[in-house]
Amino acid sequence: MTEFSALLTSILTITLQAGTSLTYATLGEIYTERSGVLNLGLEGMMLLGAVTAFATSYYTDNPWLAVLVAIIVGGLLATVHAFLTVTMRANQVVSGLSITLFGTGMANFLGQRLGPPEYGGNLVGLVAESFRPTPIPFLSGIPVLGALFKQDILTYGLYILIPLAWYYLYKTRNGLNLRAVGEDPQTADAMGINVFQVRYLYTIFGGMLVGLGGAHLSLAYAPGWTENITGGRGWIVIALVIFAMWNPARAILGAILFGGINAVQFRLQAAGTTFPAAVLNMLPYLLTIIVLVIMTWWEALSKRVGAPAALSKAYMREDK
Amino acid sequence: MKQSIWGKILILIGAVVGALLVGALLLLIAGANPLVAYRAMLIGPLSSRYGITEALVKATPLLLVGLGIVIAFRSGILNIGGEGQMVIGALAGSACALALPDLPGILLLPMTLLSSFLAGAVWGGIPGWLKARLSVNEILSTIMLNSIALQLVTFMLRGPLIDPQEIAYGTGFPQTAQLPEQSWLPRLIPRTRLHWGFVVALLLAGLVYVFLWRTSLGYRMRAVGAQKEAARYGGIQVENSLVLAMALSGGFAGLAGMVEVLGIHHRLLDGISAGYGFSGIVAALFGQLHPLGTIPAAILFGALTLGADMMQRAVEVPAAIVLTIQGLVVLFVVGSDVLMRRPDFLKRLLGKRMMPIPEETSQEEVPS
Repeated sequence: MTEFSALLTSILTITLQAGTSLTYATLGEIYTERSGVLNLGLEGMMLLGAVTAFATSYYTDNPWLAVLVAIIVGGLLATVHAFLTVTMRANQVVSGLSITLFGTGMANFLGQRLGPPEYGGNLVGLVAESFRPTPIPFLSGIPVLGALFKQDILTYGLYILIPLAWYYLYKTRNGLNLRAVGEDPQTADAMGINVFQVRYLYTIFGGMLVGLGGAHLSLAYAPGWTENITGGRGWIVIALVIFAMWNPARAILGAILFGGINAVQFRLQAAGTTFPAAVLNMLPYLLTIIVLVIMTWWEALSKRVGAPAALSKAYMREDK
Repeated sequence: MKQSIWGKILILIGAVVGALLVGALLLLIAGANPLVAYRAMLIGPLSSRYGITEALVKATPLLLVGLGIVIAFRSGILNIGGEGQMVIGALAGSACALALPDLPGILLLPMTLLSSFLAGAVWGGIPGWLKARLSVNEILSTIMLNSIALQLVTFMLRGPLIDPQEIAYGTGFPQTAQLPEQSWLPRLIPRTRLHWGFVVALLLAGLVYVFLWRTSLGYRMRAVGAQKEAARYGGIQVENSLVLAMALSGGFAGLAGMVEVLGIHHRLLDGISAGYGFSGIVAALFGQLHPLGTIPAAILFGALTLGADMMQRAVEVPAAIVLTIQGLVVLFVVGSDVLMRRPDFLKRLLGKRMMPIPEETSQEEVPS
């Protein structure tokens, strides 16, 4: 029995570690999409957040400053997306994709330039100050669930952020305005809400959280910088937003699911399984497709509130 | 009010120049002289027979993928899965060529190309079907299928399809054996890498144009892309059209993968897609989602890709800067798109605070 509970504890621990960056980014994208802006640039934004955070921490030994830098970088890239899609009314899909293209290239470029000259500017393989698990006394002693309290500080941040994000979206005036803009910008505008301002604001806010998610990867989950450290997480997050049905309170579910896959993968590999690695590596992507199928099917069946009605539609005031 | 064709070209050139200016900043940060870098990048591909043919070599997969993108986007479905469809196509085609080494080239070459087209079509058709029947977001499913395809090919190259010689020598490099020589695409110009695949791609561009604009099936697909509900009301089978569009789109990408194998590498190896699946989208968008417009766009981006390689060698900057500048070009092109659709947009944007502009009732053109 103790052995089983130890196994559960370790799976839960890894699940939360792996799920933290996903959850931050999911929360960010939920807010962005709620304003009617679809941002497909997450993969590039997470990567750029991860590399700038790692470099900052390497030079300053201050992981907090590193997180701040990643948040700013995510916010800046999101500003570009907001400018292109809200002001210039560019196609949101294409704009997001090009942000990913740019962000991926830029992150890999910086990964080869930001390092110290004696390593040829390379950041790969360096060690920087990172966030280590800080167990909370007493609480971390609880069997199995104690794993919740053996995490790093960024994961604890989620325990506060998720209820806050939920409360803000559903129980405050600003949250109502945000949802109104995503559902029906014309009406929101008529009610005196500044649609452009709201879209800019939450696209940038969402981008900041995405950058933070990237920082968690390079500062806590897998401390260090490797090219393509996100491994497609930016794309998985977009599926997780659908899985969460644009509700911050459900953002954690997807993270648990996908973090859980990582954990199981990790355990299986550690146990020396004969399963081909390729099949294991395909699992998260296969599961994403399955999740998408189930969610779209369920949404259609139960006629529940799904995507914001104005998602990925540019708003044109003069065309009212 | 619509922008004239010259106005459009001017805007596109302006977008590229803008992107290069921002890129120059990055080059400065990287410690390279932007003038030297851009001279290598822009003049290099044009200055020799090697440069010109090599630019066309790189334009070939871009054009093939781009044609598929044109079909999909015009039919109202976004295919971001070019990378996966390319490698799956190359995998199926290579397996076919390796399985039938004794067949004469006149049979083997079309068979390999066809099998790559079909495999790509299946890989593209899956997200198409998921979209049409279950309305699963095709952007996500194609991206997930990219990752799955790459894993699958890596697995095949390390296992069942690995070159027996690699095992015999114990090097274990993940690649297949060389494909039978009669299946190779012949060289167009001797002592260069330019092969007949480029001509095939040009012919297919004409074919796609005829298909989309001169056949009733193509018309129906474009109708679905322009106005789905109206097309449905008009009696068009929207679901079938979407699946077909994605299958064709995937087929072209699969073909692109196999043409790369048969024209250049003569065996399947890791990283054959080399980002063409994504940059093909860029080429198609740059070509205004028109099959014939995609030809110059693919050549331009082929030259830019080669030029970026040359630049990288000339000033020794990381290869990733190439991708970055490409991303910048797309960002600028995307941003300038509205200027093409509405030439008066900039005036409005800047003039908003200075003078009142009379309300205009004209409807925004539906972005295709």
